Amino acid sequence: MNARRLRAFGLELWLPVVLVAVWWFASAGSTSPYFPSLQSILAQFASDWLSPSATRNLLPSLELLASGYAIAVIVGGAVGVLLGTVRALEEATRPLLEILRAIPGVAVLPLFIVLLGIELPMKIALIAFGCVWPVLLNTIDGVRGIEPLLLDVAKSYKIGAARRLTSIILPGASPQIFAGARTALAIAIIIMVVAETVGGTGGIGYFLLTAERNFAITSMWGAIVALGLLGYILNILFRLLEGGVLRWHRLLQSRLEAQL
Amino acid sequence: MTTTSATQSAPSGASGEDRPELAAVGLGHGYGDNEVLGSIDFAVARGEFVCLVGPSGVGKSTLLRCLAGLQLPRRGSVQVKGVDMKAPVWGVAVVFQDYSRSLMPWSTVIDNVALPLVAAGTKKKDARVAVLEALEQVGLTRDAAEKYPWQLSGGMQQRVAIARALAYKPSVVLMDEPFASVDAQTRADLEDLMRELQRELDITVVLVTHDIDEAVYLSDRVVVLSGSPASVAEIVPIDLPRERDQITTKATPAFADARARIYGLIRRVPVDTHE
Repeated sequence: MNARRLRAFGLELWLPVVLVAVWWFASAGSTSPYFPSLQSILAQFASDWLSPSATRNLLPSLELLASGYAIAVIVGGAVGVLLGTVRALEEATRPLLEILRAIPGVAVLPLFIVLLGIELPMKIALIAFGCVWPVLLNTIDGVRGIEPLLLDVAKSYKIGAARRLTSIILPGASPQIFAGARTALAIAIIIMVVAETVGGTGGIGYFLLTAERNFAITSMWGAIVALGLLGYILNILFRLLEGGVLRWHRLLQSRLEAQL
Repeated sequence: MTTTSATQSAPSGASGEDRPELAAVGLGHGYGDNEVLGSIDFAVARGEFVCLVGPSGVGKSTLLRCLAGLQLPRRGSVQVKGVDMKAPVWGVAVVFQDYSRSLMPWSTVIDNVALPLVAAGTKKKDARVAVLEALEQVGLTRDAAEKYPWQLSGGMQQRVAIARALAYKPSVVLMDEPFASVDAQTRADLEDLMRELQRELDITVVLVTHDIDEAVYLSDRVVVLSGSPASVAEIVPIDLPRERDQITTKATPAFADARARIYGLIRRVPVDTHE
């Protein structure tokens, strides 16, 4: 088991290590202002993002991301459960949902600026709007896919609506809800950066834009590295949470696969 | 052997009350233009074990869904202790055929069995006691109780579903082909378990099966359904001792008589088998 994990870890890691090494040596001693050496990028990254002052740009970003993402998951989950339960409502709203979700989140930025201004509420709303669709549509599918016999069991044992929601519908739909939430997380980071380039006074996106405008190209590269790492870390945290909540699902899937 | 007519109520000796525990009164149902159940009348007395038999597609499962209150019949009614049933009522527990679908895969065995109790507001401690008692009654170990249901064998999973019904402290247990998805030996064990529990806990059991041997072995009376739309062909009392055994009981002339009689009843009326 341990040897297998080590092997999997190695398989996952060798290519990034090779690429970083290639980048490091190829860019060493670079004199191009647009492509600074990796060494100087990392040094700049460390001073910009690994120092106590980094919180000035990091915290506003995380706050914005968390607010918009939380709204998307809660609203998407709640409306998804409603539409997944009431079939007539789902059929009536399906075309509208398909159109809305086809609109790229950043495309509504001008509209949101007109309606909500350029402050924090607009940015939160923009992230929420962009992220809500995968959560919503996956939740609808998850709720509709719940074993009908379980709903009969709930009915015959007189299990009330609230308990049915928490013990049957949400756990039953949880694999799909998590799949939607993971897609939404990637979208949230993209929209966060775009939103922060508008009228901002802080955040990674704001920092990125300022660096570019001040021709601080090494800082700009450093911010891009920071964004990549942020996305990677958030994804790892998400997988840890998912692995805990959906442990039963993973075990059941591997058992079903073993039976084939 | 004597037979009672379809509309005659249950033997009064089996119950202190006059009203039957469960009754179908002129019950009819169908889907679209397809009339599945014509007019079904039978009554089950308290403490009775009654099997509903009939060929595949005769509407046994539809009838059971109506008896459980999961399906409102088009005509007639289901009565629990003389009261019309409009929705599922307390004290009537249902065990479905497909244990792999009727148990929650995300909950442990304990949590599956506890859910109806917890939902009814039973205190966590009291629920746990009731759940462990029910699991013991169906012969499940503490070790199995901590597992997910799908980590257990089919027969064990159906025991979990039975434990869930028992923990609910039902007066009536309705079972829809409960042993159709397990192997023969497990099936015999579960049949004996149900007879034992039914007597021990003094519950009323109504069990749907297509297996005539099973129906005769388990029942005090067998309700034979046939025709399309289905009606009660006959209610056959089973003249067997209360103590039964898979080998010796099935070898008795009384068992063979009942078996032959029911077999004849089902064969007599040609059944539409477009299913």
